[in-house]
Amino acid sequence: MTTIREARWLKPTPFDYTAPRTLAEAVALLGDPARDTKVVAGGQSLIPMLNMRLARPELLVDITRIEELAHLTVDASGALRIGAAVRQARAAADPAVRHGWPLLAAAISHIGHPQIRGRGTVCGSLAHHDPAAELPTAARALDARFVITGPGGSRIVPAEDFFVATFSTAVDDDELLAEVILPPPPAAQGWAFEELTRRHGDFATVGVAVLLERDSATGLVRTARVVFSGAGPVPVRLSAAEDALVGTGVDEAALAAARSAALAGLDPSDDVHASAAHRRETAAHLLVRACTTAWERC
Amino acid sequence: MTPSVPAPRTVRTPPLAEPSGWHRITLTVNGERITAEVESRLLLSDFLRDRLRLTGTHVGCEHGVCGACTVLVDGEPARSCLTLAVQCDGAALRTVEGLAPGDAPLTPVQRAFHTCHGMQCGFCTPGFVMTATALTEQPERPGPDEVADALSGHLCRCTGYRNIRRAVCQALDERFGE
Repeated sequence: MTTIREARWLKPTPFDYTAPRTLAEAVALLGDPARDTKVVAGGQSLIPMLNMRLARPELLVDITRIEELAHLTVDASGALRIGAAVRQARAAADPAVRHGWPLLAAAISHIGHPQIRGRGTVCGSLAHHDPAAELPTAARALDARFVITGPGGSRIVPAEDFFVATFSTAVDDDELLAEVILPPPPAAQGWAFEELTRRHGDFATVGVAVLLERDSATGLVRTARVVFSGAGPVPVRLSAAEDALVGTGVDEAALAAARSAALAGLDPSDDVHASAAHRRETAAHLLVRACTTAWERC
Repeated sequence: MTPSVPAPRTVRTPPLAEPSGWHRITLTVNGERITAEVESRLLLSDFLRDRLRLTGTHVGCEHGVCGACTVLVDGEPARSCLTLAVQCDGAALRTVEGLAPGDAPLTPVQRAFHTCHGMQCGFCTPGFVMTATALTEQPERPGPDEVADALSGHLCRCTGYRNIRRAVCQALDERFGE
């Protein structure tokens, strides 16, 4: 028996903690109107907020021990299903993910550091929704569908409706993001994820995810998807840039048109990290680079 | 790391600072099974340092940026300041104290940090050493990008990165052959 020092310095405010084994138990806890509850999984965004007392929940519901949320599978329709307990490192290393959804693996590789990705979960980052983060942007580009479970059962929300505002999603206080579903990828699809960070592992000043599908008959772009991070309160899909690319061979004229569309269409904000003008210019530059890379990978 | 004693050591709880939110956890720390009563809000870093007196794990930024508090949770490097102690119920933890306890010889990583002078003030060193240890325990040798990515999770304010990288490469050479 060792003598121990009295605990005087605990950083977060007091809360209770529970780690239910089933999704039903977790949902029941979240629905308790008497307590301010918060879901925790990897904790890599929440625990800093607890340490700084920016978040002051009364009860943490740890969902990482719920077996029904631990799946990372390709279902019968060819869609990728990622349960809420799946950590980012596991998803990024998964052969099926790397083969079918390489954009997701690339986006994860930009998150923080391996020490963070080993703990943080895919769904946790999505539900936290920092608009400068990588996964919301990748999920928007990949047309993710979000399975939200609450007292009334589960509902599926498409990516365009999931991200509401900075740190805010369609997940209600008594619900949790149980699963994210990525539809099967088209046959000939190129991808690229580019971002500017001041230091390796930092949140991006601005970033872009690009998916280009090549039409096998014409050899030109059939569909394009362009989504920016750090350019607004939610991931910003820019249809004008997509329109500039569809039907082209991603030649210089198409790239110039996409670049112009980004400069005209993006409305990022000024903050301590970068001016709006710098963000816009950088985003347009990254878009050109990403389109070039994505087309080479088609 | 199999525990040699069946009964885990019980860590005494401090006077109850708060009425609720306490949990009994059982975990393995450097091969020793331990049970403890912990507050829900107790960080793993504070549990290791204040309750177990394993002060080799250093606490720098306390919000996941600096990497000084990195320990191995079930073999994977993790920020102990971004992990709650209660989340580690059932886990196997390793800290810098567990690498060469007592008079045991230094591990290849520790030797390499010594011979390459992979430290200056030493504050960040436990974190670097634990991440480097995990790299040497991978089944295959990590590539230079993977090593750089892993080391990027640690800040050295003396900026001795070149020697730290040399040390990690030397340890990897020793483990996997040059």
